[in-house]
Amino acid sequence: MALVELDNITKSFSGIRALSGVNFALQAGEVHALVGENGAGKSTLMRVLGGEMRPDHGTVSINGEPVRLTGPIDAIRRGISIIHQEMALAPDLSVAENIFLGELPARIGWGELRRKARALINRLGFDIPPGALVSELSVAHQQVVEIAKALSREARVIVFDEPTAVLSMGDAQRLLDIIRNLRAEGVGIVYISHRLDEIFAISDRISVLKDGRNVDVVTPDKATVDDLIRMMVGRPLSQMFGEKPPTTIGDVLLKVTDLDLPNGVGGVSFELRKGEVVGLGGLVGSGRSEVARAIFGADPIRLGAIELHGKPFRPRNPKQAVARGVNLVPEDRKGQGIVLDMEIAKNMTMAKTGPVTTLGFFRAARERKVVDGLIQSLRVKLGHPSDPVSSLSGGNQQKIVLAKWFHSGGDVVLLDEPTRGVDVGAKTEIYSLIHRLAAEGKALLIISSEHAELFGLCDRVLVMGEGRLRGELRPDDYSEENLLTLSIGAAAQDRQEALA
Amino acid sequence: MTDDAANVGGHRATDSRAITEGRLSARRIFAQFGTFAIFIVLVLLASTQSDVFLSERNIMNVLRQMSGIGIMAIGMLFVVLTRGIDLSVGSIAALGAVSSALLIQQYPLPVAIGMVVALGAICGAISGFLVAFLRLPAFVITLAMMTAARGFALILSNGQPVMPGADGAPLSAFGTSFTFGFPNPALLMFALFAVAFLVLNYSRFGRIVKAIGSNEEAVRLSGIAVSWHVMAVYVISGALASIAGILVTARSGVGSAQVGVAAELDVIAAVVIGGASLMGGRGGVINTFIGVMILGVIGNIMNLAGVPGYHQQVYLGVIIVAAVVMQHGTSFLRR
Repeated sequence: MALVELDNITKSFSGIRALSGVNFALQAGEVHALVGENGAGKSTLMRVLGGEMRPDHGTVSINGEPVRLTGPIDAIRRGISIIHQEMALAPDLSVAENIFLGELPARIGWGELRRKARALINRLGFDIPPGALVSELSVAHQQVVEIAKALSREARVIVFDEPTAVLSMGDAQRLLDIIRNLRAEGVGIVYISHRLDEIFAISDRISVLKDGRNVDVVTPDKATVDDLIRMMVGRPLSQMFGEKPPTTIGDVLLKVTDLDLPNGVGGVSFELRKGEVVGLGGLVGSGRSEVARAIFGADPIRLGAIELHGKPFRPRNPKQAVARGVNLVPEDRKGQGIVLDMEIAKNMTMAKTGPVTTLGFFRAARERKVVDGLIQSLRVKLGHPSDPVSSLSGGNQQKIVLAKWFHSGGDVVLLDEPTRGVDVGAKTEIYSLIHRLAAEGKALLIISSEHAELFGLCDRVLVMGEGRLRGELRPDDYSEENLLTLSIGAAAQDRQEALA
Repeated sequence: MTDDAANVGGHRATDSRAITEGRLSARRIFAQFGTFAIFIVLVLLASTQSDVFLSERNIMNVLRQMSGIGIMAIGMLFVVLTRGIDLSVGSIAALGAVSSALLIQQYPLPVAIGMVVALGAICGAISGFLVAFLRLPAFVITLAMMTAARGFALILSNGQPVMPGADGAPLSAFGTSFTFGFPNPALLMFALFAVAFLVLNYSRFGRIVKAIGSNEEAVRLSGIAVSWHVMAVYVISGALASIAGILVTARSGVGSAQVGVAAELDVIAAVVIGGASLMGGRGGVINTFIGVMILGVIGNIMNLAGVPGYHQQVYLGVIIVAAVVMQHGTSFLRR
């Protein structure tokens, strides 16, 4: 009998299917890996298991008994613990308090609490003082505390969501050892990771998800890394990208040499030419956004050189980048791209007010003309330009961000996930805007987790993996397999060499 | 294309969006006129309680009394819009009161006033620099400035009221006389509110200040120097607090370091009654003015009705809560 069984789970978000009839079973004493591309539905499935989301259809069974999880607390009581990538610890409380948080007795006996905490941590093969503050611990030790917390709640099922993404190699190996020990104690483990070498090292079974559906369940001895990659990808290229108008690719506009950032991204060198659309691919967390943000001056640069129009360029803040004609459409539209409560028109002119102001005061007629022009040019569907941006659909909100930079008129446009959360119709329109920018002689760098999008749009695709630029794909080599092999394969090789 | 043109022409794309828009605008209307409604109700209520209330003399009295709070409320509004707070305004007003009484004895009036305003602006610049560039919490920094500026005022005045003597006559003349039937301090307040209205609603600076309170990161990533704008609102607040302090000296003829004790609380109350959100991004100049007037009317009517001072404080607290609940109550319930 399975420890937990997810049967025929379907879940939609505002009409878009995230999961369609997905099955997943976990036995006691098993490590069951879950792999798939970004957006394949792994996180959604685990949210259903953790009680954070209720499925539209399908059943969750625990020990063969169908249950309706009412929320995360219910799931925890039933022995299911999820260890998220962003850890849910209280940094200013002690290790012991964190482990027993939520179950602290009304009268806390500190001595006993610490003894219990120490016992749990020792069981994991670590020695962390129970009185230490969590904020003083290394990331690896914080993760140990998270696991101890799950054990304190007598978890029968523990879900690890990308646990090694933030760990050094040695710590990652120790984590795998902990997981093996937990398995030996009969705990069921769900293991989510992009690092396929780890998956092969630790899993008993591997489930592959793609576009919200099961592809297959395999055992590691009967599959290779290549097999897995092939299963994760292979979506047909849709015809939505349109034709790129004939564009002559001209001189180098932006040249990045050995860019090195304080957040572990390094050794990044590339060029962007006039009229060129270049993709930046790789998995989430491979350092793509970090590179774009650094070139835009949003994050500091440690080492390396950037040249813009052949002149040195080292932006200390986005203002300097915009002044030199470098624009960024950020990854998080609502958090970084637009001011949601502010009027549509004001968002559009925000980045360049010179043409619509006199002595710092807005000229209403001039501004309206600019805004009307942008609305028509970008085909924004809106009620009235004085409505807040929040009244627009995701696709039209993204068009407002694009409109801002159309108006500002930079030569280098960096687009980070420009079509995330955008419906198909608006996507096609955004693609044609990207083509238009290229035809105007701008240089574009596009980051996307939808690899088909990169292949459909870009003249060439740079591939990142674990903070390094791993290579470049030309249109003849375009395949998701090649991309993932470059991104994951090269990184895995790195690690093996380092271990050997 | 025809489809798009229709949408641009003011049609709503979908029904569900129309509903959200409707709810948004309902909330906006309430935020716009809720404060004004409260003010009207208060005035009507007050006029039934006392015959004196609507007399010209009483109205002018309220206006003059509230001119200092009103001027400081303008600066506070700008600070609050950026999601900040300025607790130092009362103390900077005291510094303004004392230093103006001292400086007019040595310099021509315009020079002296310029120096006093600059002094307030410098105090604001110090707080503003620490908040905007070093990312220190505004509450703590302006709390520190509150004690420091008060101490500075006490040092300058030696703890004694400063009598400017004959040199103070022109300033006193300004502070105690009327123009077009209005007390001069009230006229100055009106003028500053008018300037603030133009700046907040029609200038690049005002638009950016509001946007910073809504989404600072998006403003920064649009290539705008957020820190300078944040610092600037504290400079404005400090300069306006100084002017409020000068007005006290002008009205009373004495520069005292005891001016404006706990005034920051009245100022914040006025801004909040005016519907500004301490979470930033929301608030208007006209509503802030009405907020100031509401505060003034409440105090005035309780005086006229003979409510004892200690009781007044309790009622004031209750009324502030009631005013804020009336403005925000429905949105709280919805969440």
